[in-house]
Amino acid sequence: MKNIDSISHVKGRSVYVDDIPERAGTLHAVVFHSPCAHGIIKGLDVSEALNNNGVHAILTASDIPGENQIGGVIPDEPLFADGKVEFAGQPVALVVASDEATARKARRLIKIEVEELEAVTGAREAYKKSMFLSPPGIFISGDIEKAWRECEYIFEGQCESGGQEHLYIEGQASYAYLNEDGAIRIISSTQGPTHVQKTAAAVLGLPMHRIEVDVTRLGGGFGGKEDQATPYACMAALAAMRLKKAVKIVLHRLDDMIMTGKRHPYSADYKIGLSAGLKIIAYQARLYQNGGAAADLSPAILDRSLFHSTNAYYIPNTEVTAYSCKTNLPPNTAFRGFGGPQAMFVIESAIARAAHELKTEARTIQERNFLSSKDHFQYGQKAAGASIRKCYKLAAKEFQIERLSKEVREFNSKNGLRKKGIAMMPVCFGISFTSKHMNQARALVHIYQDGSVGVSTGAVEMGQGVNTKIVQVVAKTLAVDPGLVRIETTNTTRVSNTSPTAASSGADLNGKAAQIACSRLASRLKRAAANKLGKEIRDIELSGKGIRINGKSAGISWKEAVKYAYMQRICLSEQGHYSTPGIDFNRSISKGQPFAYHVYGAAIVTVNVDCIRGTYEVERVNIVHDFGNCMNTLIDMGQVEGALMQGIGWMTMEEFSWDKNGHILSKSLSTYKVPDIYSAPGEVNCIPLPSKGPAKAILKSKAVGEPPLMYGIGVYFALQNAIISFNPSYRPDFNAPLTPEKVLMRLYSSRPGKKRS
Amino acid sequence: MISFILNDKEVSTETGPGSSLLDFIRREASLPGTKTGCREGDCGACTVLEGKLKGGRVEYRSIVSCLSPLGNAHGKHIVTIEGINCKTLSPAQEAIVKNGGTQCGFCTPGFILSLTAFSLDSQSPEPERAIEAMSGNICRCTGYKSIERAAVSISRILKNRNPDNPAGWLVSQGFLPPYFTSIPERLAAIEAPTRTTGRRRTIIGGGTDILVQKPDETSESDTLLLFDDNDLKEIEIKDGIIHIGASVTTSEIMHSSLMRARIPRLYEYFRLISSEAVRNMGTIGGNICNASPIADLVIFFMALNTSVSIKNLVSKQQRSLPLKALYKGYKKLDMLEDEIVTHLTFPAAQGKLLFNFEKVSKRKMLDIASVNSAMSAGIRNGLLEDVILSMGGVAPVPLYLEKTAGFLTGRSPGVETILECNSVLQKEISPISDIRGSKEYKRLLARQLLAAHFILLFPEHTDKDQLIKRLSEA
Repeated sequence: MKNIDSISHVKGRSVYVDDIPERAGTLHAVVFHSPCAHGIIKGLDVSEALNNNGVHAILTASDIPGENQIGGVIPDEPLFADGKVEFAGQPVALVVASDEATARKARRLIKIEVEELEAVTGAREAYKKSMFLSPPGIFISGDIEKAWRECEYIFEGQCESGGQEHLYIEGQASYAYLNEDGAIRIISSTQGPTHVQKTAAAVLGLPMHRIEVDVTRLGGGFGGKEDQATPYACMAALAAMRLKKAVKIVLHRLDDMIMTGKRHPYSADYKIGLSAGLKIIAYQARLYQNGGAAADLSPAILDRSLFHSTNAYYIPNTEVTAYSCKTNLPPNTAFRGFGGPQAMFVIESAIARAAHELKTEARTIQERNFLSSKDHFQYGQKAAGASIRKCYKLAAKEFQIERLSKEVREFNSKNGLRKKGIAMMPVCFGISFTSKHMNQARALVHIYQDGSVGVSTGAVEMGQGVNTKIVQVVAKTLAVDPGLVRIETTNTTRVSNTSPTAASSGADLNGKAAQIACSRLASRLKRAAANKLGKEIRDIELSGKGIRINGKSAGISWKEAVKYAYMQRICLSEQGHYSTPGIDFNRSISKGQPFAYHVYGAAIVTVNVDCIRGTYEVERVNIVHDFGNCMNTLIDMGQVEGALMQGIGWMTMEEFSWDKNGHILSKSLSTYKVPDIYSAPGEVNCIPLPSKGPAKAILKSKAVGEPPLMYGIGVYFALQNAIISFNPSYRPDFNAPLTPEKVLMRLYSSRPGKKRS
Repeated sequence: MISFILNDKEVSTETGPGSSLLDFIRREASLPGTKTGCREGDCGACTVLEGKLKGGRVEYRSIVSCLSPLGNAHGKHIVTIEGINCKTLSPAQEAIVKNGGTQCGFCTPGFILSLTAFSLDSQSPEPERAIEAMSGNICRCTGYKSIERAAVSISRILKNRNPDNPAGWLVSQGFLPPYFTSIPERLAAIEAPTRTTGRRRTIIGGGTDILVQKPDETSESDTLLLFDDNDLKEIEIKDGIIHIGASVTTSEIMHSSLMRARIPRLYEYFRLISSEAVRNMGTIGGNICNASPIADLVIFFMALNTSVSIKNLVSKQQRSLPLKALYKGYKKLDMLEDEIVTHLTFPAAQGKLLFNFEKVSKRKMLDIASVNSAMSAGIRNGLLEDVILSMGGVAPVPLYLEKTAGFLTGRSPGVETILECNSVLQKEISPISDIRGSKEYKRLLARQLLAAHFILLFPEHTDKDQLIKRLSEA
C-alpha cells in the first residue's frame, strides 16, 4: 500500500502549519535571540523597536504568567533568557507584528547589552571544568581489569563525531489562537503534541485542559521536533493569550539553524582488547556528549549511547562511561538514532584501528564477534532473536563479499588516480523508549453509521508512513477496505497523554492501540451479527465482502452490519490502550529488559575516491535488513534508503563549524551541506532477511525508522580503506565527518618516521 | 505595474519588483503549494516554472521563486504546482507516487515542478537529464533512490514526445492541463514593462545573490531590472570575438552551440555550477559584479582572456577593461555607481583550444567551491604558450595567476614542470581559513587542481604514476 498522503503531496495539496488559511488579524512573530554565547544580560532596550508601525508587542520573560521553564526531562531551560544567556541563539524576546517583514525589521532595532563570560564549546573542555547536564551513566559487564590481562592485543585511541542539523525542510512552525473561555488552540509542527500541551500549560499558568494541540503532519522531523517544537508553540500561545489575536511563528531557516539544537557531537576514548583469535574480550569507552546549554533530551540520549555501545557484538567484559557535558551551544536534541549512532561509531572505530594494526580486514574481527541469540547484552537483556549472523551471512552470499573485496583490490592495484574502498557495517538497535513509562499509546476509533471509519491516535505523521501503517492495521482488523479508513489529525483532546512519535516506535505503539480498539469493535459487530442471524459468534467472520458464516456469505454487507449494530444501540466507538509488556530496566544497577526487541542488519559499502581532488562517490550500498514480517515494503524500503542517506550525510559532508566564541558559522544551506540527488549512492540494494518477526512488533513488522541510519557509518570506514590503499603511511584516525577536505589532507599526509618509499 | 500570467490567471500587481516571487505566490495569490524552505535557493522547495514567449512559442524553465524578483515575472507565465494539476495525476506525479518518491511531502511540489520543467524541455529526455533537472531539489526523507526510479519511468514515457511542440504533446498526454495551449496568445497580449528611471537604484539581474543577502532592503528599494533587457541577452560572434550579454544566464551559456563548439566539455563544467533552477536565473553580469572571490563564471572566463564592456547609465559612455583588472579588492570593483557591465568579450581563438575548468567543493554539486580554477594554453614544438591560469578561493579576489602562468610559458608540460610550477603558485596565492576549508587544504587543493589541469590537458606528457609518486612525496 502506498503512503496515503502521497496523492495530496504530489498535487501540493497537503497542508502544513504555514499553509493553514490565516484567521483575520493574524499576527506574525519573530524571535530576538542572544548574539552572545554566554553572559549576563545588563540591559535590554526594546523601545525603538516597539515604536515601529505595525509592531504589536515585544514579549520577554516578564510577560510569562506561569513558569518560565520548558525543560522536559530536567527543568533547566527558560523559554526566554532571564538574567543570563547560555548560548548564542537563545531566545530573549518575541517580536509580534502585523507581518513577518515588520517583525524582522523591528527585531533589528532591539538593543541588548551583555557582559560576556567565557564560552565553552567542546565536550572535553566542559568535562575538565566539571560542567555536566546530568549525572554520568555507566554500564559494566564481566571483569574488565581481569580481562585486560587475558588480551593478546590492546589498542587505545580517540574518536570524534560531529553534530548534525535535522534540516527538516519545513522549519519549526506554530500557529496559536484563542478558543472561547480563554482556552488556546495550538497548531504545531511537533512530534510531541502532549509535550507542547504540558509545557504551554505550565508557561501560561493554565490547566492542561485549556490547551489543545493539533498536528496534521510535519514537513520532516527526524527528532528535531520531538522537544524543540515546544518553545515556539509556547511563544505563539503566549502571544495569542496576551494579545487576544491569532499568532503565527514560522522560523526563517537562518533562525532555525542558529537557535535549535542538533545531533550531539561526541568525543570518546576507547580501549579494546582482543584474543589471539581476534575475539574481543574487553572494551572500555568514555563518551563525552556535547549536550549544549540545557538538558533537553540529552540524558535519555546518553542512555541510548550506553545501550548501543557494543553495537552488534558480544563482548564479555565491558565498561562504558558516558558524560553529558554542558556547553554554550544550543541544547542538542533527539536525532534519528538518538545517541546510538555516536556510540556505534566508537566501537567500529576501535575495531577498524585494531584491524589496521593487526593488518587484517575489519570484517574478520567483526564477524568473529557477532552476537548470537544465546548471548546477553551488557545491560543484561538476552539477545533473543539476534539475527545479525544471519543477516551478515546472507549479505556475504547474495552480494558476494569476497568477490567484491577482490575487485576492489584489483582496481586499486591497477589505478593510481582513483582508489576504491569497501567496508561492512552491522547494526543492532533496540526498540522501545528507554524511559519505560513512555511505552504506551492510545487510539480512538469511530465507526460511523455509513460504515466509514475515523481513527485518531497519538502518532504524528512526518513522512515515515505511520498513518498508512495504521490504516493497514485498522483495515485488516476490521476487515474493511482501506479506503473506508481515515486517519484524523493528532489532537490532544481526542487522544491524551501521548508519547512523542519517536524512537522508531510510532507504528508499534499506536498501531497496537488501534489494533486493540478495532479488535473490540470487531467482536461487538460479530456479536451483533450473530444475534441477528441467530448464530454463534464463533461462526461469524468479518470479511472484505461483508459478514460470513463458516466461510460463506451471510448476505450482510459491512455497511449493513454497522447500521444494524447502531440500531441495536451498540457502541461503535472504542479507545484502545497499549503498553509494551515485559520491559523493565533498573537504572541503579543498569540492568534489565529495556527493549521489546532489536532490529538487525548488515551493509556492505563500496566507495570510489578521486585521489587528485579528494572527492568521492558512494558506489554501492548492499544491505540485508531484518524487517521481521514487513507489512509495507514500499514504506519500509523508503525508510531504509532515507535513513541510510542521512547516515551517509552525517559521516561525510554534514559539518558544523562554530567559532571559539560559540557562534555558529554553518547556519544556512549554503554553508551546511546535506546530501543532494548526486550524493546518493550509485546503487542501494536491500534484501529483507526472511524472518517471522517478533510479536511485540505491529503485525510482526519491525520498527524501521532509525536503525538503517547507522549503515551510513560504513561509508566512513570504506573511505578510510580507500585512503589507506593510496597512502599506506596514513594511520587511521576517527574524526567524522570525513569531508573531501579531510580526505584530501589524509591522502597526502605523511607522518614523521613513516615516510613513504 | 507588473503583469504576468500565474497558472491560468492574468495578474497585475503594484507590489515592489524587488520583492520575492515566492512571497507573492504564497501571500498575495494564496497558493500554498509552493513551499518556503531556505530562502536562499539551496533547497528547491519553492521551485516554479517560468515560461517566456519566444518566436510564438513559450519556453519553460524551472526557477527558485524565493530568489526571483517579482519584477522579473513581468510578461511571463509563472506556473506553480496548482497550475499543473490535471483531473487525474500527471505521469510525473504518478511516477513519484508509485515509486514512493514522497515521504513528508514538503519538498515534493518542487520536485514535481522540476520534473515538469524536464518534461517541457527540448533536449533528449534521458534519465540523467531528469536527475539534472532536480539538481536543486533537496529531499531530506527519501534518500533520492525512489525519485531516481521515478525519473527513469518518466523518461521512458517522454521518449515519444513531439520535440516541436512539447507543451501541446504534454497536454495531450495529461502531463499538463489544457489551458497551457492558450498561453502563447495570452502572453503576447501583455505589454512590455515601463522602466523606472530613478537614480539610486538597486541593479538586479537574476536576483540569485541579492535576494539572499538583502531580501528586505531589495523588496523596498527602487530597482533596475536587467534580466529581460534584450540588449544584454545575446551570445554572438563578430570579427572573431565572442560577445556575451550581461543578462545571459548560466544555462544559456551552457546550452549555447557557439560556446559548446568552442569548449567541448562546457556542459560538464557548468553542471558543477549551482543547480539547474539557479543556473536558469543567475546571469553572467551578476556573477561578475557580485565580485565573489570564488565566482565560478569569473574564474572560467578569466582563463579565456575575457574583457568586460562597461556602460555609464548617466553619461552613456562606454569603456572596456580586461576581466582580470576589474577586481580591486575583496568585493571591490573598478566601477562607478552609475556603471553597469553590458558584455563580455573574448577572442574565439583559431584552432584547438586547450582549456580546462576544475572545481572542488564539499558537496560535488550545488555548492560553493573551496577552490576553483581554469586554465587555457597552447602548445608549440612541445612547449607551452599563451598560458592563462585563474583560481578562486585563494585570494580576496578571483585570482588571475600571472606569475604562475608566466612560469609555465615556454616550458614543456610534465611532472617536473607541475612541481616546480607549484612553488610559484604557492607564492602567488594567499588563502585564508574559512567555512570552505582551511588554508592548508586550499593550498593543497590549489596544487592538486594544477595537476588536474595537466592530467586533462596534456595526458601524453603527464606520467600519472610518476605524478602521484611525486605529489605524495612532496
